[in-house]
Amino acid sequence: MAQHTNKRATTQAVTANRLTDGDVVYFTAAGDWSLWLKDSQVADGKEDCAKLLASAQPAVSAQLVIDPYLFEVTVNEGEIIPASVREKIRMAGPTIRLDLGKQAANA
Amino acid sequence: MYRYDEFDHKLVQERVTQFRSQVARRLAGELTEDQFKPLRLMNGVYLQLHAYMLRVAVPYGTLSGPQMHMLAHIARKYDKGYGHFTTRQNIQYNWPSLEDIPAILDDLATVEMHAIQTSGNCIRNVTSDQYAGAAADEIEDPRIWSEIIRQWSTFHPEFTFLPRKFKFAVTGMHTDRAAIRFHDIGIEVVKGTDGKPAFDVYVGGGQGRTPMIAHLIGKAVPAGDLIAYLEAIMRVYNMNGRRDNLYKARIKILVHSLGAEEMKRQVEEEFALVTEQGIPFLPAAEIERIRAYFQAPAYETLPDTSDALDAALAENRRFGDWVKTNVAPHKVTGYAIANISLKPVGGIAGDASADQMDLIADLTTKFSFDEIRVTHEQNLTLPFVRKDDLYPLWQALEAAGLGDPNLALITDHIVCPGLDYCALANARSIPISQKIAERFADLDRQHDIGELKIKISGCINACGHHHVGHIGILGVDKKGTEFYQVSLGGSADETSSLAEIVGPAFTEDEIVDAVETIVETYLDARENDERFIDTYRRIGKAPFKEKLYATH
Amino acid sequence: MPLIKNGSFADDEWVSVGDEDDLPSEGGVIVSLTRWLAERDTLLGRNTPLGVTLAAGEVPDAIVTDLDRLQLVAVQFPIYKDGRGYSSARLLRERHGYEGEIRATGEILYDQWFAMARCGIDAFEVAEGTTLAAFDAAMNELSLVYQRTGDGRPTVMELRHKSSD
Repeated sequence: MAQHTNKRATTQAVTANRLTDGDVVYFTAAGDWSLWLKDSQVADGKEDCAKLLASAQPAVSAQLVIDPYLFEVTVNEGEIIPASVREKIRMAGPTIRLDLGKQAANA
Repeated sequence: MYRYDEFDHKLVQERVTQFRSQVARRLAGELTEDQFKPLRLMNGVYLQLHAYMLRVAVPYGTLSGPQMHMLAHIARKYDKGYGHFTTRQNIQYNWPSLEDIPAILDDLATVEMHAIQTSGNCIRNVTSDQYAGAAADEIEDPRIWSEIIRQWSTFHPEFTFLPRKFKFAVTGMHTDRAAIRFHDIGIEVVKGTDGKPAFDVYVGGGQGRTPMIAHLIGKAVPAGDLIAYLEAIMRVYNMNGRRDNLYKARIKILVHSLGAEEMKRQVEEEFALVTEQGIPFLPAAEIERIRAYFQAPAYETLPDTSDALDAALAENRRFGDWVKTNVAPHKVTGYAIANISLKPVGGIAGDASADQMDLIADLTTKFSFDEIRVTHEQNLTLPFVRKDDLYPLWQALEAAGLGDPNLALITDHIVCPGLDYCALANARSIPISQKIAERFADLDRQHDIGELKIKISGCINACGHHHVGHIGILGVDKKGTEFYQVSLGGSADETSSLAEIVGPAFTEDEIVDAVETIVETYLDARENDERFIDTYRRIGKAPFKEKLYATH
Repeated sequence: MPLIKNGSFADDEWVSVGDEDDLPSEGGVIVSLTRWLAERDTLLGRNTPLGVTLAAGEVPDAIVTDLDRLQLVAVQFPIYKDGRGYSSARLLRERHGYEGEIRATGEILYDQWFAMARCGIDAFEVAEGTTLAAFDAAMNELSLVYQRTGDGRPTVMELRHKSSD
């Protein structure tokens, strides 16, 4: 997963896949995991991002999630938007099946 | 087709129990993800972008009606109502929960199916010709030997932790529909000096980031020696294949660095030693037992022509188009091979809904002696259809969106899942395929262009076979934007060739126009009935390159 | 590291000696293939049990003529993914008829013991905390085999044709 982590990025959030069903989840300010990117905790700067990732790690040994990693986002008027196509697709679902993935619930 | 006996059944059931315990250990926290990953991969469980993915083996691409019904049932009960047929003739489910996978495996075992060795650095599912048993000029049904290799390679204790994954393909004749020269080992059944089936063995083909065409190293290997010969190749590879670099670990790199002659020498040396040990690999009675499962079905004696077919051809033009592209000659008089395109314009290459799977299962029970084949080009084949039945078969397919007359035409693509699903992808593949299909949707135009194989991969691993596309398209990522690199002139058949990159990559918006430019260039240059690949081989890359980049 | 040999925990009576280390005056020693080749005569002159480690990728060819003097050959698995040792073990047992201990050392998963045993390995270095129950379970998960190896299990093919005789 490391290859998707952008170390230079300033604003980042933490994502992982849930152990039981593999679903995409995001690390929240409350220290738990949400299916929705809007709930995620965002950090700025290298140091805070590293701290955020570190605080997500205990969920790995607690058998909740697999391989948490940081990814770049922008925050625009309160809306968190992933920078990469890959993370946009993880957040929403396949671009060619709008009835599948998280986008299906939003429709 | 092959049926399990008590031993095959027991082993698959034991494997399900073993995997169930591995999943339980993982969920209970007794195994970390690092420890569990190799275990789940050995049973075809990946973690992709949105969820886990389960790859189910379809040995040499052969399915019965009841097996197809079970695949539909699994799609409905545990997944999202569809499955994806792959270039390795398998099926993948994109959304299973880890907790459900043992139950899925239980269900599969009831119809003699499993997910054993569908991933991992081991010998994977053996693939074969979708026309096996139905094609004229076949020396012998390649599935006899595919099944023998399947059993020999299942839980092989010595070859389960190879330097890298290992893929076999087997054909029963020289015409190659299974891309054997692009496999780690490709096997062609030939006639031995005694007139009995023997094997030409090709080694070291493959795609990925270093595409290579396999070398023929074993000529007319006798049937009784086949497993010993394969064991020798595998041992040379296991001991000498590179393990220091993931990208140089496939056998093709070993063959390339040793040279085919030296590889052949080492294999022959090892083979002589293996043979000297006198290990009983395969009793002759076992070859006969397996051969008996692949006897011809109970064909009727039929005339060569079918009045029903002729009447339907006169009446329905679209059906006529379908017969032209999707129906192939059969070795038995009065029968035909019917291909079902899983590439409807607007669809997703290789995907089939549970309802479509159920329909195809019913249709094959009714019309094709209960057999279905999955093709490496991500379509399905009904291998034994009476010519009289082609029209009712097609009507039923057409009503379910499966009647597209586009096999091997410009809208019939091999497409990897790409960035819409795959954790390794750099770019999306499916939307590119869909846009090309839309541009060329007009059937008259497709038929005028003729055979043209477009193959699309979303990353350098080349799961979409772009290296062997007449037109190959590779998605790349440039600073967060998807670009598409075009190559031309590849072919996976017995005339095997690797596609050549034609120039700088195109954007998502440009790629369809680029394909159209290539097609127009071909049509302008075409002589007589030349296929695209023939024209390309005659005129080369330059005219295409000139047109493509003239305005850039 | 605990040792399971022939299906039970066993005391390890061997000492692995590094290439630069002095040999102990008594007791069984295991040396690398390199050291064995360099000091073969000296080692053969000791009146103690002798063992050689084959690192991953080392074939038994160089020790074939000495196998009757070696009570142990250790086959090394540097990481679980490195499967060369399976071939080394089979060659020792099946091609060269070696009857001494073949010991698997290194990174070995629970799920690999069975395949190793099928290749002729009869002693396993296991992680602390490994139970014999776990070992037995792993060795008995799959009761049938499709390939003939030196472990002598009848293959499915042989069972089939026996039962149909």
